[in-house]
Parts: sequence; structure tokens; C-alpha cells
Amino acid sequence: MSARQQLRIAAFSTAVVAFAAMSGSAFAQKKYDTGASDTEIKIGNIMPYSGPASAYGIIGKTEEAYFKMINDQGGINGRKIKFITYDDAYSPPKAVEQVRKLVESDEVLVVFNPLGTPSNTAIQKYLNSKKIPQLFVATGATKWNDAKDFPWTIGWQPSYQSEARIYAQYLLKEKPDAKIAILYQNDDFGKDYLKGTLDGLGDKAKTMVIAQESYEVSEPTIDSHIVKLKATGADVLMIYATPKFGAQTVKKTAEIEWKPLQIMTNVSASVGSVMKPAGFDNSQGVLSAAYAKDGADPQWDNDPGMKKWVAFLDKYMPGANKTDGSLVYGYGVAQTLVKTLQMCGDDLTRANVMKQAASLKDFEPDTLLPGVKINTSATDFAPIAQLQMQRFKGEKWDLFGPVFSGDVSN
Amino acid sequence: MELFTNQVLAGIATGAIYACMALAVVMIYQAIDHLNFAQGEMAMFSTFMAWQMMQWGVPYWAAFVITLVLSFVGGIVIERLLFKPLAKAPILTNVAGFIALFAIVNSVAGLIWDFTIKQFPTPFGSAPFLGSQLISTHQAGMIGVTLLLLALLFFFFRFTRIGLAMRAAATLPESARLVGINTSWMIALGWGMAAAIGSIAGMLIAPVVFLEPNMMGGVLIYGFAAAVLGGLSSPLGAVIGGFLVGIFENLVGTYIPGAGNELKLPIALALIVIVLVVKPSGLFGHTVIKRV
Repeated sequence: MSARQQLRIAAFSTAVVAFAAMSGSAFAQKKYDTGASDTEIKIGNIMPYSGPASAYGIIGKTEEAYFKMINDQGGINGRKIKFITYDDAYSPPKAVEQVRKLVESDEVLVVFNPLGTPSNTAIQKYLNSKKIPQLFVATGATKWNDAKDFPWTIGWQPSYQSEARIYAQYLLKEKPDAKIAILYQNDDFGKDYLKGTLDGLGDKAKTMVIAQESYEVSEPTIDSHIVKLKATGADVLMIYATPKFGAQTVKKTAEIEWKPLQIMTNVSASVGSVMKPAGFDNSQGVLSAAYAKDGADPQWDNDPGMKKWVAFLDKYMPGANKTDGSLVYGYGVAQTLVKTLQMCGDDLTRANVMKQAASLKDFEPDTLLPGVKINTSATDFAPIAQLQMQRFKGEKWDLFGPVFSGDVSN
Repeated sequence: MELFTNQVLAGIATGAIYACMALAVVMIYQAIDHLNFAQGEMAMFSTFMAWQMMQWGVPYWAAFVITLVLSFVGGIVIERLLFKPLAKAPILTNVAGFIALFAIVNSVAGLIWDFTIKQFPTPFGSAPFLGSQLISTHQAGMIGVTLLLLALLFFFFRFTRIGLAMRAAATLPESARLVGINTSWMIALGWGMAAAIGSIAGMLIAPVVFLEPNMMGGVLIYGFAAAVLGGLSSPLGAVIGGFLVGIFENLVGTYIPGAGNELKLPIALALIVIVLVVKPSGLFGHTVIKRV
């Protein structure tokens, strides 16, 4: 046989095999990548169950309980979810090690909701080079919405910059002559907010923002910063701080009888773990923005979505502290994954999971605010980009005004 | 000028937090000649116990006293179970023990009470103190309690038999044993007292920084710094050191443009190093002369 003949035969047989494969899939339409089968879908996850951010570990536990409920209800298109979750202690090197283990040894289909900006940054290149979906990451950094450079990574919650832009829009409209002081945590989280605010104010930023003050997480109290900001004569205080410092700020401004309009980041808007410790008296009139319902807020007692959430907690996580926002978060993001996997049908390849994650249309998980919808597309990898302004009154947040969109692309 | 006064006052208020913790640090140093890295976590745990009792309906002062007693006993138990066996071990082994204790106490507290911040009541109220908007009655009360503790400690170490015995056991264990002092129990007593003082510090600090398992992380670093600055062997020095660190930190943050805010802790610590170079035993510490 000549070389040309050999080639021809090879080409012909390839075509036959390809045809057979195509027609086969036309009958069964079942396609799997590693980690999925007729009976099971393996989902990997890393969470800080120990270490400085271990408070968020409850998110992983909520997701595990949620998938147990889904399995008890028959699973997804007949397949059970096997949720494998490891502790990364909020440490990037450990995150890399655990994700490698998930991929190489547990052979998961996707890595779902890994938590923390540092950990996600550490595993992003690895997962993208192996073409494994890094689905619905649990961080509000803006950089996850980058479908062009990192087509295997997608965010979930509104980015910090989107949120900050909404505050800027609000101030430009309602208080155009505001003298703004910004207090922010000196890290990626705080700086994202700072940038969003300044970008959102645009040309006005130079005249409106009269003070920018940063604090370090290691400081026991931030009293000194508040005293300094009060001296600037600002009448709006943006609080871009984590819960403990957010509560300290609200309490301290009341103690020194400084009464600016306070705007609190959504990260620290929890009734149970920020406003209550800061004192309800001190918290009156504080503004914030929200995208999810607050489990400690009685206004949702008769909400059908939150009733499902409560029923889930009572059965699968008895004794859970309902004021913990992580329970609302974990439920909502787990529901989004289940929706995505349902949309995949019998085509459980990684490419299709990613395609479906980027094709969510007006999806409303039970725990999101009415009107806030999840939308993604091949170029929009920021599932939630809407928030609504809210004002603290009595012992709860009162939502007001329209649902704003603060889309920021990278 | 007003900003200056305000920052000094705010510094004194924060300094009271450091001073309180520094007292506990000095207490343990007097007893065992080491710094206990788990000191802050033990104080945090005590505070959680007080909080839990109040959740169960125990009134503030009852919870305060019970916590004090429990912490004292707890400190002794920890010493008997964990550190007595390590007494003859090299110092690094002890340090490893302290760090292990730190991690264990922190995680156990998180497991029992979770990591969301909790409000802790204050017996002094939080209205402005004497019309000043910068110091609340709580912070004024805290300064008062710190000074009272200081006076008690001074009296204890200077005038009581047991206080004198403890000092002897820490500085000259051999001679102390020869005159019939049970040095081993003196060390246990030191642990108990340090734990009790720590619990007071915790209960005073919690209303300001809020109660959560990591609440003492930053405070302990400043407490150490204050104690070292004032002199590890002097309770008075520790308290003054605490106030100095608090005030200095605020002034650096306010008046050094640009870097001040981000570098205020390093700059404050650098100052401490300079003081120690000039006066190695701290501002108020006395030099320990060891015979070779």
C-alpha cells in the first residue's frame, strides 16, 4: 500500500467513526466529561472551614445540605450530586493544593463556589488551562467578569464596583452637593469600592469626595479614623468595611455625635451581625443596597421563596442561626448551580456546563430580592448586577426606589 | 489644635484597651518569665463565658464575678495539665505549646459560639463622659478599672506574703525553694491571676470592639508592645506603655502625611525598638542581674 492509499483509508475510517459517533449521540444524546455519569455528578468545592475567614465555612455547609435535599428529591435529571468540599483555611497555596486534589484525584466535573478573592486568584489559571469550569465564585471582586481572557471562570454576586457605582448614582441624584468621606479597608475589597465610587461620580469626584481614609484589618478599633473624618466636616460617610468595623463605625459616629448620611457596604448590611451589635438606635437612617433577602428580617415571613428556605433549614440544618447571611447566600448560589445542571440535560461536558452557566435568563433564586434576576451571556459573566437601595428603620431594612443596575465589565 | 486634642483623647481611650491587656501580659511574665501568646484567646474565651451566662439570664455583675472565678480556676488547670509537664522543656517547646493553645481556644470558641460578632453589655453606659464627645462613660470606666487593677496589683506584690512569694519564685526560684516557697504552685497561681485579669480586660474590651473569636488578635500585639515599652516587670510601666502606644499611634496616623495611616503600627513599633535600644528593660522595668 502506498502512503497516499494509507492516508485515504485512514481518512475514510475516521469519517466512518465520526459518523457513527454522531449518529450514536443522536440516539442517546448522552455526553460526559470526567466527573459525570448516568448516576452521578461530582462537584468540587473549597471553603475556609478553619482560619481567619472560617465564619464563611457555613456557606459550604449550606450548599452540602442543599444538595442533600436535591438528592432526596431525586437528584438532577436522575443523577445524584456528589459534593466534595475541602478546607483551604483561606490560604492561597492550600487552595491550589486542594483544587489539584479535586481535579486530579477526585476527578470532579466542575469546581463550584470556591470562596475568597485570594484563593480564586490562585486557582484561576490552573482551572482555565485545564478547561475546568470555576463556577459562581464566592467573591465580589470585579475581575471575574472577564469572558475573553478567562472563559472558564464566572462570578455570581454583584461586584463591589457595581455596588459602589449604584451609591454614586444615588448621591449624584439625591445629594449633588454632598461632601463625601470614604472609609475603606486597605485591601482589594476596600479598593474595589473606592474605585467604583470614584468612577461612578466621574468628573464630580474631585469636588465631592473630600476625604479618603483607609484602615488595616489588624487594628483593634477604628475610633481614630472616625475622629479624623469628623474633623473634615463631611456630611456623607461611605463605610466600605467588613462587619466588625462597620458596626464599630456606626456605633462610634453616634457616640461622638457626628451625624452624616451613612452608606454601608452590602457586605456589612446584616441586621443580626452588624446593625444589632451597633445598636438599633445608632443605626437609624443608614443606607445600603441589597440583592438578597435577609433571613432575620420579618418582612419576608410570608414570602414563598423564604418559606422554602426556612423549610429547608428546619429539615436539613436544624439549629442554624437564621440571622447569618451565609445561609441565604449558600442557598441561592446552590440553587443557581442546580438550575445550570438541569439546563445541561444529558450533555454533561464541561464545555456545555460553561455554556449553560452563560445562558441563564431571568432566573430568580428563592432568596434574591423581587426584581433581581440572574442574567448571563457569552460576554456577560456577572450573573447578578442589580441591587436595590435600602434604608434602616426600626429593626429592619426598608427597600426603596427602583432596582438599579450597575454593570461593570472588566 | 482641636483635632490634636481629639486624637490624644481618642488615643487615651484606645490606650486603655492596650493597658488592660498589657497588665495581663505582665502578670504572666512575672510568674513564668515568658510571654503567653494564648493570653488574648484565653481572655476572649472568658468573655464568651460571661456573655453566655448573661444570655441565660444571669445579671451582669454576677456573671462578671463567676467569670472571674472560672477564669482563675481555668488558668490554674491549664498550667497543671499543659505547662507543668513542660516546665523543664526548652523554651521553644513552651512557645509551641502557647501557639497550640492559641489555635485550640480560638477554634473551640468559634465552634461553640460561631464567628458572627456579638454585642457585649457595659456596666458604665456609653453616653459622652463629662460632656466630652470623644470619651464615652464606658471608656472612662475602663480607664478607672485599669487604674484600680494596677493599684491592687501593686499592693498585692508589695505588701502581701503570697505576692512577695510569687515574686521570689519568679526571680530566684532556687532561693525561693530553699526558704520554703512552693514555687510550682506559685507559677500555677500566676497563671490563674493572669487568666482572671485577662477576663476583666476581655469584658471591658468587648463592648468597644465587639465580641467574636478573633477580637483579641490585634489587641494582643498592641498589649505586648505596651508591656515591652513600659517594662515587662512593671505593672505601672505596662499601663503607661498602653496609653503611650495608643496616643502615639493616633498622632502618627493623623500627622505623618501619606504613609502615616498605613504605617502607623510599624512606626509605633519602631519607636518602641528605639526606646528599648536606649533602655533595654523598658521605661519602667528594672534590670535583672543574673549571676553567672
